[in-house]
Amino acid sequence: MAVPYLLKRTAFYALVAVIVFQAVFPFYYAILTSLESGQAIFEVNYLPYSLSLDNYWRMISDGVFGKQILNSVFVATVVVIISLSLAVTAAYAFSRIRFRGRGLLLLTILSVSMFPQIAVLSGLFEVIRTLGLFNSLWSLVFSYMIFTLPFTVWVLTTFMRKLPVEIEEAAVMDGASPVTIIRRIFLPLMWPAMVTTGLLAFIHAWNEFLFALTFLSTDSQRTVPVAIAMISGVSEFEIPWGNIMAASVIVTLPLVILVLVFQRKIVSGLTAGAVKG
Amino acid sequence: MLAVLAAVAAYPLIRTFYFSFTDASIDLIDEAQWVGFRNYLEYVDYGEGEGEYFGLLVDERWWRAVWNTLRFTFLSVTFETAFGLVVALVLNTNFRGRALVRAAVLIPWAIPTIVSAKMWAWMMHDQFGILNDMLMRLHVIAEPVAWTASDQTAMLAVLIVDVWKTTPFMALLILAGLQMIPADIYEAAKLDGISPVRVFWRVTWPLVLPAVLVAVVFRALDALRVFDIIYVLTPNNDATRTMSIFARENLFDFDQFAYGSAASTLLFLIIAMLTISFIWATRMNVEREE
Repeated sequence: MAVPYLLKRTAFYALVAVIVFQAVFPFYYAILTSLESGQAIFEVNYLPYSLSLDNYWRMISDGVFGKQILNSVFVATVVVIISLSLAVTAAYAFSRIRFRGRGLLLLTILSVSMFPQIAVLSGLFEVIRTLGLFNSLWSLVFSYMIFTLPFTVWVLTTFMRKLPVEIEEAAVMDGASPVTIIRRIFLPLMWPAMVTTGLLAFIHAWNEFLFALTFLSTDSQRTVPVAIAMISGVSEFEIPWGNIMAASVIVTLPLVILVLVFQRKIVSGLTAGAVKG
Repeated sequence: MLAVLAAVAAYPLIRTFYFSFTDASIDLIDEAQWVGFRNYLEYVDYGEGEGEYFGLLVDERWWRAVWNTLRFTFLSVTFETAFGLVVALVLNTNFRGRALVRAAVLIPWAIPTIVSAKMWAWMMHDQFGILNDMLMRLHVIAEPVAWTASDQTAMLAVLIVDVWKTTPFMALLILAGLQMIPADIYEAAKLDGISPVRVFWRVTWPLVLPAVLVAVVFRALDALRVFDIIYVLTPNNDATRTMSIFARENLFDFDQFAYGSAASTLLFLIIAMLTISFIWATRMNVEREE
C-alpha cells in the first residue's frame, strides 16, 4: 500500500510543480532578460548571468515612456472614478426602485459587455472626431465606459440586492435624504465590492489596446500597452528586446502585486461578474 | 449612466451598421453616400452575359479570416477548458502551499495581453528564443523553429500564448463551481469505497458542468473577437488573420472605412447569433441536469 500512495503523492506534486513552472517561468524570464545587457541578451541563460539596470535606466531617461506611464495612470484612474460613481447611483436605482422593464434593462446593459469592440469602432471613431477628442486621453476615458460600466453596474447591483432593506428603511424613518442614505449607509457597506470592481476596471483600462491604438496618434499621448507594442530599434532588424522586457516588467509589476494582494477579492468579483451572466 | 452607455455603445453600433451601407472613407466620413448592399455583395455586369460578384460575401480573405477565428476559438477554448479543469481540480485539493500555488497561477492572468504577447514573442524568437533552446535540449525538435513567422506554426504560437494567458481565468471559474459541491457527498463516496475516477465522472463532472459551460461561453465570446495577441505576435500573417484584424485593417490601414464597417457588422451579427444559440443550448443543458 505504501508504494502506490507515495507514487501518487509524487505524481501530484510533480503536476503542481509543472503548473507553477509554466505560470511563473515566462515572467521570470522577462525579468531575467531585462537585467541583461549587450551581448548577454543573445545567449540563452536560465539563471541570472549579469545584473545591470541599463535597460531600465534607458527606458526611464527616455522621457516619453515616463509620460506614457502617466497617461495610463491618468486614464485608468479617471475611468475608475467615473464608472464607479455612475455605477453606484445606477445600482441603487436597479436594486431599490421598482420600475417597469427593470429586468430587461439590466439584461440589455449586460449584453453590452458582450459587444465585440470592433463592432463599435467605426461609429465610435466618428463620435470621437465630432467631439474633437481624437488624440486626446479623454477619448479613451470616454470609450472605456463601454466595458467598465456594464460590469460595474452589474456587480454592484447584485451586491446591493443582498444588503438588507431594513437599514435603509430605518434611515428613511429617521428622515434621512436619499443622498445621506447613499453616503452614510451604502458607501460604508459597499466599499469592499467597490474596491474589487474598481480594481478590475482599473486593470481593464490599463491593459486595453484596440481603442488606444486607434484613437491616439502621437507618441507622447499613447498609453503603455500601445507604447510597448511599438517600441522599435534603430533599424528594422534590430529589436531592442532588453528595453522591451524592461518596459514590460515596469508595466506589469504593479499589476502583479495588486492582484496578489487583493487575490481573494478579485476572485470573488470575477466569479460574481461571470457566473451571473 | 444610461445616457453614457447609449453614447458609447448604442449610437456607435448603429453608425457602424449605417457606414456599412455607404461609401464612407476615413477622411470623408461626413460625406458618406448610401450605396445599399454594395459592400456586402454586388454583381457587376460586364455585358454579353458576363459579370462578376464583388463584396465581402465573396471575399476570399474575409472567409479565410472567419475560418481562422472559428478555428482559433474552438481550439483555444477546448485546451483552456481541459487545462483549466486540471488546475481547478488541483487547487481544490488540500495540500501544503496551496495558497502559494494559487497566487502563482494567477500571474499569467495579471500580465497585460500585450506584454504577454511580447514576452512570448521573445521566448519564441527563432534565433535567440529560449523555447527553441529548451525543445532542442529535450530533443523534441532538431533545429530552431520560426514560431511566429512561419505559416505552419503561427496559429500554434498564438494558441500557446492565449492558452497560457487565459487558463487561470478558466480555472478560477471552474474552481468556484467545484467549491459549491458539498463535501459530504465525497465523504459518503469515500466510505462506500468508490474509486476516485468513478466519483469524478458520477459526482464532480455533472455537478460542475453548469459552471464549466458558463466559463466556456465567456471564453468563446472573448476568443471570437480576439485582436491584440494576434496583432502583436503575428502581424500581417494570412494564417492567423481573424475577423477583428481583418475589419481593423480595412477601416484604418487600407482606407476602406465602409468595407471595414461591413466586416464589423458581420462579426457583430455572427457573435450575436452564436451568443443566442449558446445561451439557448446551455439553458437546455442546465435544465436537464436539474
